[in-house]
Amino acid sequence: MTSEAQAAAPVPVTKSTGHRLGITGREWRNLAIAAVLFALAAVVPLVGSGYVQSIAISIAIYTALATSWMLFSGPTNYISLATAAFFGSGMYIVAGGLDLAPYPVLVLLAGVAGALFAAVVGLATLRISGVYFVIFSLGLAELVRQIITWLQHVLGTMSGLYVYVDRSEEMFFWQLLALTAVVYLVGWWIGRSRLGFALRIIGNDELVAVHCGINTARAKVILFVISSTFAAIAGALVAPRWSYVEPTIAFSPFLSFQVVIMALLGGVHRLWGPLLGVIPFTLLWELISANFPAQTTLLLGAAFLLIVYFIPNGVVGLIEDALRQRGEWLKSLRLLLVRRSRDA
Amino acid sequence: MRRRELLKYGAATTVAASFGQRIARAADPSVIKFGVVGPKTGPLAPGAAVTHFPNFKLWAYEINQRGGLKLKDGMHKVELIEYDDRTQPPETIKAVERLATVDKVDFIMPVYATGFNLAVAPIYAKYNYPLVTQACVTDQMDQLIKRYPNIFFVQGSTTSFAQAAIDILKKLKDDKQIGNKVAVVNVADDFGIELANAGRPIFKKAGFDIVYDKSYPLGTQDLAPVVKAAKAANPDAFVAWSYPPDTFGLAEQAKIEGLNVKAYYSAVATAFPGFYQKFGPAAENVLGAGGIKDTPEIRAYYKAHKEATGVDADYWGSPFYYSLLQMITQSIEGVGSMDLKAITAYLKSHTFKTIVGELDIRNQKLDKFYTVGQWQNGFFNAVAGVGFTDYSPVKLKTSWG
Repeated sequence: MTSEAQAAAPVPVTKSTGHRLGITGREWRNLAIAAVLFALAAVVPLVGSGYVQSIAISIAIYTALATSWMLFSGPTNYISLATAAFFGSGMYIVAGGLDLAPYPVLVLLAGVAGALFAAVVGLATLRISGVYFVIFSLGLAELVRQIITWLQHVLGTMSGLYVYVDRSEEMFFWQLLALTAVVYLVGWWIGRSRLGFALRIIGNDELVAVHCGINTARAKVILFVISSTFAAIAGALVAPRWSYVEPTIAFSPFLSFQVVIMALLGGVHRLWGPLLGVIPFTLLWELISANFPAQTTLLLGAAFLLIVYFIPNGVVGLIEDALRQRGEWLKSLRLLLVRRSRDA
Repeated sequence: MRRRELLKYGAATTVAASFGQRIARAADPSVIKFGVVGPKTGPLAPGAAVTHFPNFKLWAYEINQRGGLKLKDGMHKVELIEYDDRTQPPETIKAVERLATVDKVDFIMPVYATGFNLAVAPIYAKYNYPLVTQACVTDQMDQLIKRYPNIFFVQGSTTSFAQAAIDILKKLKDDKQIGNKVAVVNVADDFGIELANAGRPIFKKAGFDIVYDKSYPLGTQDLAPVVKAAKAANPDAFVAWSYPPDTFGLAEQAKIEGLNVKAYYSAVATAFPGFYQKFGPAAENVLGAGGIKDTPEIRAYYKAHKEATGVDADYWGSPFYYSLLQMITQSIEGVGSMDLKAITAYLKSHTFKTIVGELDIRNQKLDKFYTVGQWQNGFFNAVAGVGFTDYSPVKLKTSWG
């Protein structure tokens, strides 16, 4: 719990450099680094082949999904398996509405619908906790899938919907990259707001949070809504790339699981944690499916076992351990040098 | 610590071995590389294991047996590079991109199932690979053909399958062999819903009285209530727009309950060899989607398929899948090189001799296919279709044996 307690330390707003927003010099530096990294990422599809582009798109999708998942589930410790429910809903809003409204409007609409849907679901279910919430969230995608199937049955429409929007692969990537940037900005803003502070207290002990006078239900619903809105928008952005949307594919439980696994592999107590899970996970899976096409699932299972065995705290934990070790090593080196000079 | 090190070295060796395998694979430059992507895992894997992968294996085996593909500069052996898409569209897209830009294959075979073929259609178009789709049933063929000059369709539309099944029943009714009462059930999923929706007006128009009309969710274990209620409605014919698990489940219950209708139809998977293997003589005269004409060429195909791949081919997609591979082979050899645009043009300008007969795909749609089959003496004979002239006569179902 110690690392969580450290992560839960409030942002020192009072120690600001005098700027109105209270952004410290260190934060400015981090923002600048992030901006440079995003600019570099944006160049990737221009220099890479079609294959590199498709990997970059996978990474962008899962970074957006895993990071937005982590916004809610990271601080609160509520493991949500509902990503596919919102992702699929976003897809269906685009697929179903393409004859009625222009595509950009539908993307916004998907976000709004995702937010409303999450608000209703959140108000109804975020009072339950632990394993009950996990199971409910898993059932949610299946519920939406059944409702859409039923609607198609009643309305007598086709089971698959066609999404014809002309977009190049580069464009898909940039759109998703832009979404990821927004997720990061929002995540950063939450992290330094009162809301983020409240959520970390909820995650550590909900009872304590209630006693502190935090409206826990409200805080959780707000975060759940933000997180789900991004999932719905991601679905809306990806729909034209799939060309054809049907319930079994759009609401695939695999997606929800993959997002959780990637986020946990990276680490959920830092905003950039999920990214460090998504990139190695995507590349590892790519390596396995390219070289052992007949045994992907088997080898992936073995890879999971090794990961859990070697890096139980996620990639972030690994990096922090390494930094700490280096720090200690430097300290001992300094001591040694000091002693040597004193002896001399 | 030793154990960890052992694991580390083990993992490193595996990775190194995998790269070795990859380098070895790309050794011989005269070999023509064909890419195959399909679901080896995930919900669609069982279907692909029967209809998708074995046909390519059989085809490559036969081509190499006869010395290879005959191009202008001599004979070339063929090699398949297979990837698993885990039944997820983004994976299919990635695997096709990998084939096109990393493996730089000479040709890419179609992927498996409707949604997946449509998802990769833009990539095939981008790199000029012809996309001769199989297991791709859509009512939007004309729009898609307009969009992609390199796409080809081998199967009919959803409506044509429902229409054909109902036409068979109508003929039996008009010949006074059965009455006009029909019980219709469907699985509440993709194809089942589409067929049910397409079928309802056609039944009405054909003068049928739908005495029972009910859907059940995909994965329903207990189909006894469905069959019992259908039987209670006392129908003359029973039609199930069903999927693989329930096609088997419904037949099982119909046998137990003694649903002795004179015409019994179930949609997907009735054409699987496993259906007859499970029910034996009780499956006699069951109607279903698909079917194939019993000829010596087809018999030889089933035998070769079993020998080369170890699995039985089905009586619907499999022989047509193989036929389209014959069409591709003839186009490549006709062009004499792996010029993809020329191969597409060849497909669009020639007719082809295949195991199912002379085929014509000049306007990007196959001119003929079978729609309804019936189990007769252990063979799923075609009793209806589009474009063919010779069908087996329909027999009445007497009992479940």
